[in-house]
Amino acid sequence: MKLAFGLQTYAFFYLGFLYLPVLFLPLFSFNDGTIVAFPIKGWTLEWYRQLGSQDTLIQALVNSLLVGAVSAMLSTAMGLFAARAYVRYRFRGKRISEGLVMLPLVVPGIIVASSMLVLFISMGLKPSLTAVILGHTFLALPFAVAIMKSAFDDFDVSLEEAALDLGSTVLETFRRVTLPIVAPGIVSSLLVTFTVSFDEFVLAFFLSGNEPTLPVYIWSQIRFPAKLPNTLALGSLLLLASVLLLVIAEFFRRRSSKSLV
Amino acid sequence: MNLRSEGAKGVALSAPATVYVGFLVAAPLLILVAYSMWTQTYVDIDRTPTLANYREAFTDPLVRHLMIRSILIAAAVTVVTVALAYPIAYFIAIRAQKKTLWLLLITIPFWSSYLLRVFAWKLILGFNGVLNSALLALGLIDEPLTFLLYNEFAVVLTLAHAWAPFAILPIFVSIQKIDPSLLEAATDLGSSRIESFLRVTLPLTLPGIIAACLVIFIPTVGDYVTPSLVGGSDGKMIANLIQVQFGAANNWPLGATLSLLAMLSVGFVAIVFVLSANGFGRRIR
Repeated sequence: MKLAFGLQTYAFFYLGFLYLPVLFLPLFSFNDGTIVAFPIKGWTLEWYRQLGSQDTLIQALVNSLLVGAVSAMLSTAMGLFAARAYVRYRFRGKRISEGLVMLPLVVPGIIVASSMLVLFISMGLKPSLTAVILGHTFLALPFAVAIMKSAFDDFDVSLEEAALDLGSTVLETFRRVTLPIVAPGIVSSLLVTFTVSFDEFVLAFFLSGNEPTLPVYIWSQIRFPAKLPNTLALGSLLLLASVLLLVIAEFFRRRSSKSLV
Repeated sequence: MNLRSEGAKGVALSAPATVYVGFLVAAPLLILVAYSMWTQTYVDIDRTPTLANYREAFTDPLVRHLMIRSILIAAAVTVVTVALAYPIAYFIAIRAQKKTLWLLLITIPFWSSYLLRVFAWKLILGFNGVLNSALLALGLIDEPLTFLLYNEFAVVLTLAHAWAPFAILPIFVSIQKIDPSLLEAATDLGSSRIESFLRVTLPLTLPGIIAACLVIFIPTVGDYVTPSLVGGSDGKMIANLIQVQFGAANNWPLGATLSLLAMLSVGFVAIVFVLSANGFGRRIR
């Protein structure tokens, strides 16, 4: 079949196109030269070694970890409750609510960033990590809701009913039956929302003030050609971290849907 | 409130998320509207209502130019991304043996930082960059290609890469949903493969295509990172101008006005698109 063969060839080329940028970054981070071009001069770990001694970088990393962790917890907590409501109950305004929480996915970044900056300033909240956390929680919420919805989707309601019939209180049932069963979903949601925050740039650029997160720090470094090799090394580490986190998240998500048979 | 009733439970559980998103969508919008009618006087804001910002935005040729360019670039990105993605979605849904593996392979690169991916494209497309040096070394070109970076081409290419999974996934889902017996019926009734694709598959996947177009078009109009890094002066978009107002130019009221106008233009184009796409869908069915 000629068509099938053509499609398959195209698919492989397309995959190459998708992976091109994420593979070149790590490749040239080991290059023993400051210009990003072929041929590669030699292999070195020097650029990675230099990263450890840059204090502003370490501070930016700490900021990013903090923002990521708090936004992940806030968005997952809200997503957990909302997803349970969407999957389990019928109530007035459900469709509007479900649509609304997905809105952050499609609003243009610059509009969210500029309008939040204006809002926070009007409310007396100066650009800071707190402002970034509030913004990232907003952006990460749709991911948390979507993941928690799929975790609750195949959840067997009769387990909860059994616990209630056997005399557990509502809280006990939630803590000892519901929570353990959806735990893999929660872990998956925490990891995904953390990654969303960890990689986010435009909002942090507007809202972080003089407390840069890692992407904002990278943005400030991109302008200096002399810093290029270090930026490549740092970028490669970030790529690796994101992919690892997501693979672990996927593992947990699959485990949650398997355990619900 | 009686928490035992199902409705009350649902409302109570979904309230934090709904209120949070609702507040952070509505409140900034209202304040943006207010700001757009104020005036910047050095470090202070003059709160006398005026339409001067709108007048400036509508008469300034640069604003009009950047707004139109942003919409055209976003439209080009949408068309290119969807056109490149459709065959892949088709391949995965119909032909591929390991669907989940393919879907995973396609999404993995997009879980990395968007900023870094755009930055990587800048390095790949540059005058002394990866692509030019590779082509030179292979002897395929004699001097570096200059049309690669700092223009609309670079912006469209980078964004078509960035939004690929957002096109592939909805189209994949809509192809996956098609009942194979419909295609068999078309073949039995004498349709050629192209005919049955055009008259069965394509119309049935139209909702997926429309969803993909919206999800790509709307955020792309307001993209900041890509035009800044790979756009050069020919590829600047409205987001760059908005950022300048909130940064170096320190004219927040004008920035607020531009944000609002960008949002309205996007909304208008999106609505016109959905209406005409649905009309088109009815015609070909």
